[in-house]
Amino acid sequence: MLAAEGGMGEFKVHRVRFFNYVPSGIRCVAYNNQSNRLAVSRTDGTVEIYNLSANYFQEKFFPGNESRSTEALCWAKEQRLFSAGLNGEIIEYDLQTLSIKYAMDAFGGPIWSMAASPSGSQLLVGCEDGSVKLFQITPDKIQFERNFDRQKNRILSLSWHPSGTHIAAGSIDYISVFDVKSGSVTHKMHVDRQYMGVSKRKCIIWGVAFLSDGTVVSVDSAGKVQFWDSATGTLVKSHLVANADVQSIAISDQEDSLVVGTAEGTVFHFQLVSVTSNSIEKQWVRTKPFQHHTHDVRTVAHSPTALISGGTDTHLVIRPLMEKVEVKNYDAALRKITFPHRRLISCSKKKQLLLFQFAHHLELWQLGSTVATGRNGDTLPLSKNADHLLHLKAKGPENIICSCISPCGSWMAYSTASRFFLYRLKYERGNISLQRVSKMPAFLHSALQILFSEDSTKLFVASNQGSLHIIRLLDGSFKHLHTFPSLSGTVESMCLLAVSPDGNWLAASGTSAGVHVYSIKLLKLHCTVPAYNFPVTALAIAPNTNNLVIAHSDQQVFEYSIPDKQYTEWSRALQKQGFHHLWLQRDTPITHISFHPKRPMHILLHDAYMFCIIDKSLPLPNDKTLLYNPIPPTNESDVIRRRTAHAFKISKLYKPLLFMDLLDERTLVAVERPLDDIIAQLPPPIKKKKFGT
Amino acid sequence: MAALEEEFTLSAVHLGAGPDGLLGVEPSDRADQFLVTDGGRSVVLYKVSDQKPLGSWSVKQGQIITCPAVCNFQTGEYIVVHDNKVLRIWNNEDGDLGKVFKATLSAEVYRIYSTQGTEPIVLFKEGAVRGLEALLAEPQQKIESVISEEEVIRWTKIFMILRHPILLFITEKHETYFAYVQTVHSHTLSKYTLVLGEEKALIQSFTASMDRKLISLITLCSDGSVYEALIPTHPSDPEKTQRVVRSLLLKGIVSGNARNGAAVATLDQDHVAVLGPAPEASKECLSIWNTKFQTLQTSKELPQGTSGQLWYYGEILFMLHGKFLTVIPYKCEVSSLAGALGKLKHNQDQGTQAVTRFVSWETSQECFQNSEQSKRILRRRKSEMSIQPEAPASKQLLSSIKKDSEKHIEVELRKFLATKRTPGCHAVIGDIVTGLLGRSKAEPLFYPRNCLAQLIQTCALSYSLCPGLMEVALEKKDVQILQLCLQHFPDIPESATCACLKLFLSISDSSLKEADVHMESVSASSDGAPEERMEQQPGAVENGSSPAEADCAAAANGRPPGTREESASSPVLPKRAALLNAVLHSAYSETFLVPHLKDIPAQHVTLFLRYLYFLYLKCNENATMTLPGIHPPTLNQIMDWICLLLDANFTVVVMIPEAKRLLLSLYKFVKSQISICSELNKIEISFRELQKLNQEKNNRGLYSIEVLELF
Repeated sequence: MLAAEGGMGEFKVHRVRFFNYVPSGIRCVAYNNQSNRLAVSRTDGTVEIYNLSANYFQEKFFPGNESRSTEALCWAKEQRLFSAGLNGEIIEYDLQTLSIKYAMDAFGGPIWSMAASPSGSQLLVGCEDGSVKLFQITPDKIQFERNFDRQKNRILSLSWHPSGTHIAAGSIDYISVFDVKSGSVTHKMHVDRQYMGVSKRKCIIWGVAFLSDGTVVSVDSAGKVQFWDSATGTLVKSHLVANADVQSIAISDQEDSLVVGTAEGTVFHFQLVSVTSNSIEKQWVRTKPFQHHTHDVRTVAHSPTALISGGTDTHLVIRPLMEKVEVKNYDAALRKITFPHRRLISCSKKKQLLLFQFAHHLELWQLGSTVATGRNGDTLPLSKNADHLLHLKAKGPENIICSCISPCGSWMAYSTASRFFLYRLKYERGNISLQRVSKMPAFLHSALQILFSEDSTKLFVASNQGSLHIIRLLDGSFKHLHTFPSLSGTVESMCLLAVSPDGNWLAASGTSAGVHVYSIKLLKLHCTVPAYNFPVTALAIAPNTNNLVIAHSDQQVFEYSIPDKQYTEWSRALQKQGFHHLWLQRDTPITHISFHPKRPMHILLHDAYMFCIIDKSLPLPNDKTLLYNPIPPTNESDVIRRRTAHAFKISKLYKPLLFMDLLDERTLVAVERPLDDIIAQLPPPIKKKKFGT
Repeated sequence: MAALEEEFTLSAVHLGAGPDGLLGVEPSDRADQFLVTDGGRSVVLYKVSDQKPLGSWSVKQGQIITCPAVCNFQTGEYIVVHDNKVLRIWNNEDGDLGKVFKATLSAEVYRIYSTQGTEPIVLFKEGAVRGLEALLAEPQQKIESVISEEEVIRWTKIFMILRHPILLFITEKHETYFAYVQTVHSHTLSKYTLVLGEEKALIQSFTASMDRKLISLITLCSDGSVYEALIPTHPSDPEKTQRVVRSLLLKGIVSGNARNGAAVATLDQDHVAVLGPAPEASKECLSIWNTKFQTLQTSKELPQGTSGQLWYYGEILFMLHGKFLTVIPYKCEVSSLAGALGKLKHNQDQGTQAVTRFVSWETSQECFQNSEQSKRILRRRKSEMSIQPEAPASKQLLSSIKKDSEKHIEVELRKFLATKRTPGCHAVIGDIVTGLLGRSKAEPLFYPRNCLAQLIQTCALSYSLCPGLMEVALEKKDVQILQLCLQHFPDIPESATCACLKLFLSISDSSLKEADVHMESVSASSDGAPEERMEQQPGAVENGSSPAEADCAAAANGRPPGTREESASSPVLPKRAALLNAVLHSAYSETFLVPHLKDIPAQHVTLFLRYLYFLYLKCNENATMTLPGIHPPTLNQIMDWICLLLDANFTVVVMIPEAKRLLLSLYKFVKSQISICSELNKIEISFRELQKLNQEKNNRGLYSIEVLELF
């Protein structure tokens, strides 16, 4: 009946803002030029990999660990990623299986800094005890080679000369230049402790950069950016840029531009500019300040076209350098990435439960209810408020990787990097009891993704070895049904799973290869959706038709018929016509897709700033049609409405939107996380006086 | 910011506009009334504000109007040409064009021009120009041919320079464009070839504006870009055909495949109106672009199509929209960066976003919009040089500096500045200044102030490029040049700044009165000072009360003594104030400046301090703590200079009674300011709490069930 009115219908929306999620602050960023990828480490030890070529999609992540903090992050040759931290260990990450390859103690106390040699074959770490240690990177591990002359204070920053013959090491009050061959100090450059005329106790060198002409650039806790001549050990130029610490520095590959970040949240761009128009003499000039952060900018990186910064305020900011961007497109826009590009929330439709995943605990909430009805925009009186049912603290220091609640609400599972937990939930007269299912099989020790079948009788687990396990759940116990091994030749892990509502098909997607569809009945691979250039961000299988809907990071959406093993007519038509340019310009990926049980033509999907119902029966919008029209039609006749209506019905009412799903045909649940609530939980920024400065 | 206002159509009766649109829209001698000539047989006089026609005249069946009707401003009569050669003159009372004054000419008329303050001017198709009076005296006189065969006039415009009309007309021959500048009274004609460069696009529309002694010819090409060429009004060498190079102003702002062509019109020095289809959209629209910042200011869709013609008078744009003559009033304000940031086109969905360009640090030094573009110009210039072996303007200028008269140098300089600047222009301009100064040192009478002022205003100079310039200006007590230097040089050493300050404080009123000083930094309120009061007796008691009493009174009402009268009038002349403001704006380093400030005589220190105190009080009169005016000194600059001055001269100041009293009142005032600030800081915290409370109220809680209807 509602459809006859021409609209998409009326929904009751459970608007949830009690998901108290606060992302961890960013500690390090490392940019890899060859793969155009950005590694980001957070204060909780999480390491994320962003693919800058794929619309800045966060394609991989390594869960954090309380006992491990990353103070330094770097790429070495063959795109190997290393981190080091205050527990004194150097860690190498396996980007294929998304696990830690090994951790090795450097035996120098907490590690403050690390740098890979220009060739990428050696690794240097700076330790608490003042030692600088050189490691050789072997094909499968790293090997300690030798110590450099030990310094008095901890080594907070390191930089290689591009030729690999010298290094600069920033410590407290001075910078040392080492000869790599002999390991001895060739110069020691003392930094002025004076700060705005007041002598501070110590001047910490937070970052150094060694340029090929022998210049060493340092940033320190007195707010200075200084240029030193390493051949003579003299100060060439000093810029006072902040009243607080300058905490990070990064330089472009061409060495003509560098970026520093301060504790006041400002990022300064320095450029090497000719002094006069026809002289060859060039000078470093502070050119542009950017204020995209409210808190400390702990780390910066310099890609060929952008300045990248991150810090305590948890945003990853990618600021394109406009003079390097030629056309106004996606890459020319400022990016502020705050939320993870994966789901942290699962939902039990039957019991109206929401499971929230935090770094170290899970929360289970029951939604409230109302008996009232209203018109568009009304807030209805609650007859029952939302209820916090459960707070489950994870054991051990490891972060939770993934979690899921079954659609019936009686099973719950989560996994850390080394353990897998399955719980049975029982509800008795308003009380909830939780029972851990013990004796999990040995192969089930870590999962990247967990999914329950629609009837909650099967559990699907994607392990980090690339295999998929199917487990049958019986009342209170379980049985291992089958394991799909990783497909021949690849050990790539599957990060996204989708099961068809009839329980016959399972779709799984890794970070780069295509989507694989398995038949659960026959327990074999059914087909592989042709590979696409951009990573998959969300997957779902429609009821009845078994059409697989795939969203990619370039904002393309495909519909693939599993029974027919081909793209559907609608998907082809959509590709032929192309998406609306505003749709393609959205800057957050689609993280969830669902379907309407009664309207097979509808697809529901959402990103962080909008949710959309695609009605496949309506004409597709072209670039001339208004994509987003928040104003309801009023005086227009039905004819006009029908003529202007198009397939994409978009609502931007709820944002930032972390999760949205259909509970039943008339009810939606939307989980928002307002930025203000996150900011309120961060430590206060450095206060600047407004009046009478 | 520029804005288009609501459009309206002039008449419900659609005009008999042929496929080529209208012949023209011309102003009449009364404001608000315009003559509209359609492409067929009739002329209509409209009153725009009433949106109705006042009169209408037609030529006979079989005759056709070939030139838009104009109004002779000297007589109030209307003039039109039909069938190319027949001139008709009539006035409001006449009803039938067949019966009015008629003159048959011997050659075909291209257009008639009429502007305020001069007789109408007739331009013939062969390029000859006649005044109307002379022509009517002998209608059958022989008309010579000026342009070559096959050359066709494409577009023309008339300008007035010092009450003398100058006619610019553009001709085309085999896709080569020529510009002719005809000075009507002196009958000098100069010809320029428009060098189109590598772009082989056809020119679709012309517009031009005049700025001082240059005509800026703006062209819209079929590639959708707008170019600018600068044509001097006074040619250096009228015999020769000179070349004019054009440079890109705006790129790709209209789609190339305009059905009816596109049109461009210069609204003011920074704004152009462009009529035509926007790229990636088929609908035609009218948009206003800022050429200085290359931003789209506003635009309006014209869905019924246009004829690609655009007229503008005063603040009104005329165009054909569909079949109707449409009037769109517009407003352009002085372009500021903030204003020019403009807005994106309001309907983003149309896929026609503004083309925003970004200035890179490396190239901004060279006064260029686009590095790529500058390279292109450079390349073009090189190729041009290979064609023309003659020395570039700079060389010519450098050689003329050595021997020629001041007047001649000025002309050469203007020519040099008219050419678009190349990346190396800094050095060249530096050389020119050095040359001028060198000659001025050798010949004490030679002091080319105008040239120097122009050169400084190019913004390409700096102190280090010509260290002698300020020295000479100080020697000659040329405050005008010094002010310009202070405004435009980024790197003046503190000693020079201080020397300027000394001169500005000590220069006599009479010599100040003669100086031509930029006054924009001085607001109107502060220039009412009738006389300077430096000669005031030190220690004189103001208002007949002793300082102690005044203090008490001030303390009682919370205002420092003397506030009222000090703030009422400036202690210095407005011109002196403008000069001092230039000093306040200049960059300095404290350590280097303070030693020089010690050398200023005590009475000048007092005067300067009084001026600063006056500015400070003025600042505190409004809530934003700013001074009125275009570029006033900021509060921080004023405070910094007070501190600097006191740091340098404290011992002197405390010894002079008048200065001491000034200091006391300053101290009291600052103290009250500090207490206000501390109170404000306290209030800020309370406000934040209130804001928090308010937010909580607005926050609809952590959980709600709402109704959503999707359409």
